[in-house]
Amino acid sequence: MISSKKEMKSIWFFVGLMLTVIGVIIFLTGIYYWLMPAHTQTVLEHLYPDIWWGAIMAIVGAIFLYNSLKWQKSKKSA
Amino acid sequence: MQAIGLTGVDWLIILIYFVFVLSIGFYLKRYTKSDEDFFLAGRKNSSWVAGLAFLSANLGALELLGMTGNTFKYGMYVAHFYWVGAIPAMLFLAIYMMPFYYSSRIKSIPGYLKLRFDEKTRVLNGIAFGIMTVLVSGINLYAMALVLHTFLGWHWDVSMWASAATVAVYVTLSGLMSAIFTEIIQFFLIWFGLFLVTVLGIVEIGSLQEIFNRIPEAYSALWSTSSDPSQNGMMVTWAGIVMGLGFVLSFGYWTTDFLVVQRAFSAKDMRSARMAPIIASFFKMAMPFIVIIGGLIALVLSRDPSSGFSLLMDGDKINYDSALPMLIARYYPTGLVGLGVTALLAGFMAGQAGNISAFNTVWTYDIYHSVIKKDASSAHLLWMGRVATIGGILLSVVTAYWAKSMPTIMDYMQAIFSWVNAPLFATMLLGMFVKWITPNGAFWGLLAGMGSSFTLFLAVKYDWISKSLITLSDVTSDMAANFWRAWWAWLICFVVTIVISWFTRKKPEEELIGLVKGLTRETAGKPVPMLQKPEFWAVISLIVLIALNIYFW
Repeated sequence: MISSKKEMKSIWFFVGLMLTVIGVIIFLTGIYYWLMPAHTQTVLEHLYPDIWWGAIMAIVGAIFLYNSLKWQKSKKSA
Repeated sequence: MQAIGLTGVDWLIILIYFVFVLSIGFYLKRYTKSDEDFFLAGRKNSSWVAGLAFLSANLGALELLGMTGNTFKYGMYVAHFYWVGAIPAMLFLAIYMMPFYYSSRIKSIPGYLKLRFDEKTRVLNGIAFGIMTVLVSGINLYAMALVLHTFLGWHWDVSMWASAATVAVYVTLSGLMSAIFTEIIQFFLIWFGLFLVTVLGIVEIGSLQEIFNRIPEAYSALWSTSSDPSQNGMMVTWAGIVMGLGFVLSFGYWTTDFLVVQRAFSAKDMRSARMAPIIASFFKMAMPFIVIIGGLIALVLSRDPSSGFSLLMDGDKINYDSALPMLIARYYPTGLVGLGVTALLAGFMAGQAGNISAFNTVWTYDIYHSVIKKDASSAHLLWMGRVATIGGILLSVVTAYWAKSMPTIMDYMQAIFSWVNAPLFATMLLGMFVKWITPNGAFWGLLAGMGSSFTLFLAVKYDWISKSLITLSDVTSDMAANFWRAWWAWLICFVVTIVISWFTRKKPEEELIGLVKGLTRETAGKPVPMLQKPEFWAVISLIVLIALNIYFW
């Protein structure tokens, strides 16, 4: 695995970071437009896809982040 | 007409992506010390990293837009590109070909041709591959700028130069390693950015079954209309699909195109290298749930006047590539639009990086090191790899401007693939499995195959011969002609290689050990549990493939 080089972060860390950051932004944007509805309308907007899809993305990203940090920590202590 | 409008949040997400990939390039530079780090990512990747990169190198945004648009045009038959047109070849690569590739420690596909045959065959393929990657990379760059201009209203030059410069920076800094990192990030962005279109489309229409109920059988069937070309949207018979797409084009691409195979070479050991295409095969089979279902959703909505959905028009012609962007515009609110556009951008840039990282390897090892500077040190090759990256990007930009001034160049894209890959597959197949194939047989066979493919393309394009002559059917389409042209190019290369090999000098058998089946001792390797065996997962993949084909028959 790429991450086996000393001190190098795993690819999964970067995947997790990216998904978490973007997921949180989409989730918060969804919350904002839920509280203050926008003028522009999309089909099925009443399902609030930005809120739940952003949340799913952030959770998946957090799992990747947690696992990669845990893996790195266990490697250091080994 | 601008189809998608962006807000500040959407721009923020796009900006984060650009900053992120550039930062990865700078971060990885400190770990790129040798030519092997730069060109083969240090050969330290796990099967999952190599497998996802293997798939992602092929998963460009042009493919996503094009295949969704093709589904709108041809229907369910486009799924053949993802199933019978990909999976058997990927499994064949993993089970039968990868052992020869990986154990010979080659750094590129032309490198194998040098060991198995001779220098001239290697250089011929190296030059052809180099030209193909630069052309494809440039045409992709042009197409990306065109898409961004059409759908987002972005300035043509700015979007082209910004993405080319970004790719140049991160590939120059750490080569294949950063290309693989960004490809895997792109994989996740594509799934998160585009799969929601399918989910919302199914919710709007009612169910997956309802989508199939609302389109004609010619568009919804996978095989049941393939005996008569007039009964399916692609106007092709099962023979064209199986022999042209399923055998030649698919095996030619997935087993010999260095762009994808290079990712498997970066694996840490033989088992990981063999598992890489198998892992990729499962995700490849899942891709139709974005592109094919997305295209069918667009088709259903466009046939329903009350939906208010239609594709963009270029004059009086339908712009099929607009299917996916128009669905994004229909379903995605602020924030998600930024994610969808970032997924497309990531696809474009990762595709560009994939082509350039394959080009710099083949240029450096198979042309520069092989012909120009045979005594180059590792440090010198690393330097040359970086120079070749910048050179390749600049050539791509020149090609992009050339394509802009001559739009018909897009027509040559398919020809380029069957010109290089289809005959090469015949050469590799014979080289790996028949020990008496000679270097001269391989060289002249490859040259004949490449020449015949290109000649057939020109002959059909300029009406020197009828298209039905090569498709063996009165009812035909451009896609069917592509499949059949690949088949003929493969056959010509195959026959010429065998015939010339009968009359020319063979290589001594001791020089072919490790390169040819039958002369290579089968190494048992250390025993692993069943669940870790590539063969086990290849069988599972094959079962899933058969089940999907039966379900959508």
